[in-house]
Amino acid sequence: MAEKLKLEIVTPTGLVASEEVDEVTAVGSEGEFGVVPGHAPFVTTLKVGMLTSKGDGQTVRYFVNWGYAEVGPDGISVLADSSEKSEEIDVERAKAARERAEERLRKADDIDFVRAEAALERAITRIGVAEHKLG
Amino acid sequence: MATLRDIQNRIKAVKNTRQITSAMKMVAASKLRKAQSRMMDLRPYAEKMNSVISGLSAGADLEMNPLLAKRPTKAIEVLVITSDRGLCGAFNSNILKSAQALVGDLSKEDSDTVAGGPVEINISTVGKKAVDYYKRRKIGLRQSWTGLSGGIEYTRIQELTNNIIERYTSEAVDRVYVVYNMFKNVVIQKVTVAKLLPVEPPEAPEEEDVKADYIYEPSEQALFDALLPKNVEVQIFRAMLESQASEEAARMTAMENATKSATEMIDALTLKYNKARQASITAELMDIVGGVEALKD
Repeated sequence: MAEKLKLEIVTPTGLVASEEVDEVTAVGSEGEFGVVPGHAPFVTTLKVGMLTSKGDGQTVRYFVNWGYAEVGPDGISVLADSSEKSEEIDVERAKAARERAEERLRKADDIDFVRAEAALERAITRIGVAEHKLG
Repeated sequence: MATLRDIQNRIKAVKNTRQITSAMKMVAASKLRKAQSRMMDLRPYAEKMNSVISGLSAGADLEMNPLLAKRPTKAIEVLVITSDRGLCGAFNSNILKSAQALVGDLSKEDSDTVAGGPVEINISTVGKKAVDYYKRRKIGLRQSWTGLSGGIEYTRIQELTNNIIERYTSEAVDRVYVVYNMFKNVVIQKVTVAKLLPVEPPEAPEEEDVKADYIYEPSEQALFDALLPKNVEVQIFRAMLESQASEEAARMTAMENATKSATEMIDALTLKYNKARQASITAELMDIVGGVEALKD
């Protein structure tokens, strides 16, 4: 069994991360979970949230928008709709998105409501990850 | 007979055109590179998705998933992917021709429901060119999406996919096809018709024992049900990227041909211009010589 975890995050627009880490924490559909080397094989869906990896004394935060995570013998691979490293998040854009979503929620009809809510959640999580307020 | 000035103006006009076409070719080439790299970016995701789904399908009850359900067909939806902009050779007409052929073939099919009768065909489109085409032929479209090309955003594709999946699960349509240009290489784009829904059941993986004791959260079935629509999404996204790369490749080729023709035309016109110039000089000389001869006497 390897002493390190291989973390791989792939999205439709490319590979976001592919590196060796010591520990990964993420938000699964049934709650937050942590993975260290030697974890039992495990498959789950991920909610909109933060994924943290620790390795070489460094903590890297990622924003993950819906995803699927598979923990195998060699590491964890994540399939996400979109994902960004915390320092690559465009906070201005996320803030604008949050305002737009809030605006829509105020006068939303039913169809728009779900979408606006999801957009709002994404925007808030993005901002949180970028400013390290989550987790 | 064209005067010297006429020919000169003509040359100038063709030169301007050539400048534009060669610039457009360059732009298309750079966009093509971008589109190709996006196709490459999608590949690891699509591969992973496929392996995950075939892995899960071994444990999930396939009958349970609505996207796999084969129903008697009474209505079919055809999604035609074209471009928003023109000047790309036969790119759009190839697609629309194939789409029409497909619609023709499908409408000959009889409905296999108890009620019988011909099947109903719905057409939805991506791209302005398809909208124009069907408007000219006065064929109604169920839905059309435009302004997607350029930087194709994944979220827009999700909206499109959700729309189609909803039509399928609400049993408004019983089969969905997509028609798009597949990118083979810069000179070859192949019109491709793919069946989108119902999803063909994925093949079970060969090594069953590998995934024997996974912990599933939530259930295996729920995971499978969540991932299958994603897979449809990825397929549409891929078709869009292929189509975009094909569009830019087709435009590049078309613009290259146009530039070449313009150069040939300029050569021909320059020759004509020089001939006309010489003819006029000769005529003037004849006049002078004639005048001198007349004065001598």
